[in-house]
Amino acid sequence: MSPLLLADLTVFTLALLVGFEVISKVPATLHTPLMSGANAIHGVVIVGVMLLAASVSGIGGDVLLAVAAFCAAMNVAGGYVVTDRMLAMFRSRS
Amino acid sequence: MSGFDTIVHLVYLACAVCFVIGLHQMNAPATARQGNRISAAGMAVAILTTAIVLGHNRSVSLGAVVALVIGAFAGGTAGLIAARRVKMTAMPQLVSLFNAVGGGAAALIALGDRAASTQAAVTGALDVAIGALTFTGSLVASGKLAGRIPGRPLTVPFGRQISAALAVLAIAFGAWFTAEPNRWLLTGVAVAALAAGVLLTLPIGGADMPVVISLLNACTGTAVAMAGFVLESTPLIIAGGLVGAAGAILTKLMADAMNRPIGAIVAGGYGTGDAVTVGAGTTSAPVREITADDAAIQLAYAGKVVIVPGYGLAAAQAQHEAVALAEALAERGVEVTYAIHPVAGRMPGHMNVLLAEANAPYPQLRDLEESNPEFARTDVVLVVGANDVTNPAARRPGNPVSGMPILDVDKARSVIVLKRSLGHGYAGIDNELYTDPRTAMLFADAKAGLASLLSGLHAYAR
Repeated sequence: MSPLLLADLTVFTLALLVGFEVISKVPATLHTPLMSGANAIHGVVIVGVMLLAASVSGIGGDVLLAVAAFCAAMNVAGGYVVTDRMLAMFRSRS
Repeated sequence: MSGFDTIVHLVYLACAVCFVIGLHQMNAPATARQGNRISAAGMAVAILTTAIVLGHNRSVSLGAVVALVIGAFAGGTAGLIAARRVKMTAMPQLVSLFNAVGGGAAALIALGDRAASTQAAVTGALDVAIGALTFTGSLVASGKLAGRIPGRPLTVPFGRQISAALAVLAIAFGAWFTAEPNRWLLTGVAVAALAAGVLLTLPIGGADMPVVISLLNACTGTAVAMAGFVLESTPLIIAGGLVGAAGAILTKLMADAMNRPIGAIVAGGYGTGDAVTVGAGTTSAPVREITADDAAIQLAYAGKVVIVPGYGLAAAQAQHEAVALAEALAERGVEVTYAIHPVAGRMPGHMNVLLAEANAPYPQLRDLEESNPEFARTDVVLVVGANDVTNPAARRPGNPVSGMPILDVDKARSVIVLKRSLGHGYAGIDNELYTDPRTAMLFADAKAGLASLLSGLHAYAR
């Protein structure tokens, strides 16, 4: 394994552990917004799609890039907006 | 590392911190919205920074820029429209759809990245396999939740054998790819995983959907992290890890709440899908029936009422009627809370969102652990469209619900069950609660039944 891969693996493992620690404290009341909010966070894949733009070539590559950008942008934009809509409904008194 | 690279790296780190703080703030309803906004701000900065990096490196062709902008604009617009228009009852299928496209995008990254060298070959193959599997799996799950695909377990002849063969095929292509990086091998992995995603999700019944979509969410997180390994991009690795953990926790919680092993759920074939009532009950013991007016009077003169909403309430979209009844009771000075079982909806926490939409104050929404000690001092429990999660048989060994955590409804002084019939729940057994002498049955559709309770309350209890 290269040092770079080892460093990445370390970061991934620690992120998993931080995730377990933080998310196990979320109450059942908020599990749907939690899942939807986590869904929005994996919309960070759009950053990956943008970085991919530097390494594709040809029409095939551009089409693949456009499809990937479509998917990732839908994930990130929709995810955050729908989570916000849900959380706006949680009020302490009616 | 140049000064520019250092700054970019630090900014990405700050974005990752925003994601963690955002998730942390989700630990209470009062801070959750702010948390989501912090997370969104981190995301916006990450996207902007990446755009600056691309401009700075001047490494992107004009065609790629155009493809990126058109794709992102169209996808973002579609996502925004869907997010704004979706009804709260349709939330599970939308979240599942967003999960699908996230997994699909992650798979496309490894498929499109020419630099998927031997160094990143293992993670590249994993990214494609997990991402493609989640893409079709989540699409099928979304279709089932939306009712476009029948919710009952759909078995394909030799489905399990074909799935196993596809898994072997995907692993073989993946292993070959790590030895000899060739884009066609990776495409083979993708095709096998896409087919496996469909075959694995079709036989899973509607009742198991909360577990399935949690599991698919964990898979997408992992796929995004793998894409991060391929691209050497820390924000993807961190965010993917966080989401993977979130999905894993929810999967475990949901499986525990149904008392079913995750392996058995993935194997499928359990449950009957969308039907709220399944066949007639075979109970011979007598049940006591009650009219809506009598039930309304009983509720009106109670000191403490607990409402137990189940899938029947969500299916009938009766959350507004339930909250209207609760408000009317509260106006009379009755203490009202809701006892919500973890698998009351079609995704984790779904029932809470439906009740919050109908303006139920969140301090009244209680989970299983908070509710159970309360039942002993409750005058009337109103069960609306919930079945197996209230069955006292779960406390005894030797039946399909044995060991499942239940709401201890039978500990209350009296119980009113609002239900269409004596039909069985997903477990397919009689609910002993219904023949309990303290239980009265009000046979009606959830929406109509709650409305008649409310009018009974106005008419007779002044």
